[in-house]
Amino acid sequence: MIFFIKNLKAAIFMDRKTPFSKVFEEKLIGYVFILPWLIGVFGLTLFPMLVSMYISFCKYDLLGLPKFIGLKNFYFLFFQDQKFFTSIKITFFYVVTAVPLRLVFSLIIAMILNRRGLNTGIYRTVYYLPSIIGSSVAVAIVWRELFGTNGLINKFTALFGYETNISFIGSQHAAIWVIILLYMWEFGSSMLIFLAGLQNIPEMYYEAAKIEGAGFWRRLFGITIPLLSPILLFNMINQMIHGFLVFTQVYIITGGKGGPIDSTLVYALYMFRRAFEFQDMGAASAMAWIMLLIIGALSLTVFTTSKYWVYYESKEGK
Amino acid sequence: MDELKLHDINNDRFNKKLFIKIMLHACYILIGITMIYPLLWLFLASFKTQPEIFSSTNIISLPKKWLITNYIEGWKGFGNETFGVYFLNTIIISTVATIGAIFSSSVVGFGFARTRFFGKGILFSLMLSTMMIPYPIIMIPQYLIFQKLRLVDTFVPLILPSWLGTPFHIFLVTQFMRSIPKELDESAVIDGCSKFGLYFRILLPLSQSALMTVAIFSFYWRWNDFTQALIYLNKPRLYTLSIALRMFADPTSVSNWGAMFAMSVLSIIPVFFVFFFLQRHVTEGISTTGIKG
Repeated sequence: MIFFIKNLKAAIFMDRKTPFSKVFEEKLIGYVFILPWLIGVFGLTLFPMLVSMYISFCKYDLLGLPKFIGLKNFYFLFFQDQKFFTSIKITFFYVVTAVPLRLVFSLIIAMILNRRGLNTGIYRTVYYLPSIIGSSVAVAIVWRELFGTNGLINKFTALFGYETNISFIGSQHAAIWVIILLYMWEFGSSMLIFLAGLQNIPEMYYEAAKIEGAGFWRRLFGITIPLLSPILLFNMINQMIHGFLVFTQVYIITGGKGGPIDSTLVYALYMFRRAFEFQDMGAASAMAWIMLLIIGALSLTVFTTSKYWVYYESKEGK
Repeated sequence: MDELKLHDINNDRFNKKLFIKIMLHACYILIGITMIYPLLWLFLASFKTQPEIFSSTNIISLPKKWLITNYIEGWKGFGNETFGVYFLNTIIISTVATIGAIFSSSVVGFGFARTRFFGKGILFSLMLSTMMIPYPIIMIPQYLIFQKLRLVDTFVPLILPSWLGTPFHIFLVTQFMRSIPKELDESAVIDGCSKFGLYFRILLPLSQSALMTVAIFSFYWRWNDFTQALIYLNKPRLYTLSIALRMFADPTSVSNWGAMFAMSVLSIIPVFFVFFFLQRHVTEGISTTGIKG
């Protein structure tokens, strides 16, 4: 440590004759500017992460002091706790269905909106609106009503003369789909990102392809998808991480429980309940680290396989 | 003969084009209605009486009488606090946090974009990698820290992180500042401008559009935030709108649905306003940075 400081000093005061104010102005002032972030990253991110790692090996209920118990929290989660696997299963199901559905859906909408000569600005605004307010509690409340006993679907069937009385929220099989549907409804932000990407594809590529006689599908898979693939990759990783962390809407729609019969007990919700309902900070911290590892591993997989399907135009030189 | 054929084909093509155009617009409008439907339903329900909300068999129906009793009832709130208190709390938190986000992202962004210091490259990559760490990972230990500092049941845990800088915001502003020509700085330095002067007089005013994006999204995040408010605020007089609405919506205690819908409507009105007035910034921010709304 002392050696490091000496080196640092030498690096900063290369010339002893330079006045300190000048040295400060040229080499140290940067630290003043990034100081807020430095405090934040060490105080609110890195230090908490270390604390969380330590606590994951402890028994801690917020009252006494954390008591070191080794790997028992992990043992509990993997071998004794049924709910842990339930929550992993549900979360994977959610991510694997909701994320591709939303990506495909927002790509389709972006493609039909991306027409020259049509004024689509107003539609863009309307489609985007749900993703701005989608995370609010108000929307989750509406969703709960629409798919409850008195909700939309039952009124819809009544239109055709069938009186049904289904509560989708109350159904063990349908409840997760209600949440997936809410996620789909907020497709606006990924649609906008796709639209920006589509507008960057030069029109002449399509014209050339048309002259060569390429049909719609050929143009889609030959031009659009390859040129959009970097954006697709970005969107996919972004959405995947968000998908793993779904919390607020599930919390509101299911009243904080993840029911019925744990069928919507997503990972973040279970972690929250472990921590603040069961007061089991140890297992909850272990869950946080497991989630970080899962997300890290998945992102890494997507990144490493991306070289086979992501096409970077710049390689050919523009 | 030939001429006539050509005319026919042209006419045909024109009709086909028009037809496609109309079909597309019909398609757009249909999707648009689906998008708006839940919000419209909420808005209409907030003016209906309780039996009317649930007895109607139509998919959508106007209230028989536009009643504002729901709004009056809802505003009374619960636990001796009115919704005015929740509104005020949410406004305070969102505003102070947003100012903090503008401050921290511009200052730190300037640091990364325009100054040289030991270890800058490493620190910048550290910032990029913390961007990938999701909030739930640090939720619990952060709570423990704020609890030890006796800051639970204050607004500090909800505001402080914004003042210390969100990696995504910093990244956005850094990239923006890097795109501003360095010649401007150089001439200012020749005129005797210090680094602080450079920040205040040159880069801060020039980064307005990036900071606007930061401000809008930081406002949205804070206004809609539920998780942090749920963890840190346990006293009714500190509740934000999100928490108050959840209390209203608690399935075991719901009694007045109309009032709940009315307050839900009120809670999203400010978000609507920001959206409609600053829409250009919002869509630009999304498409250029991929920031999540």
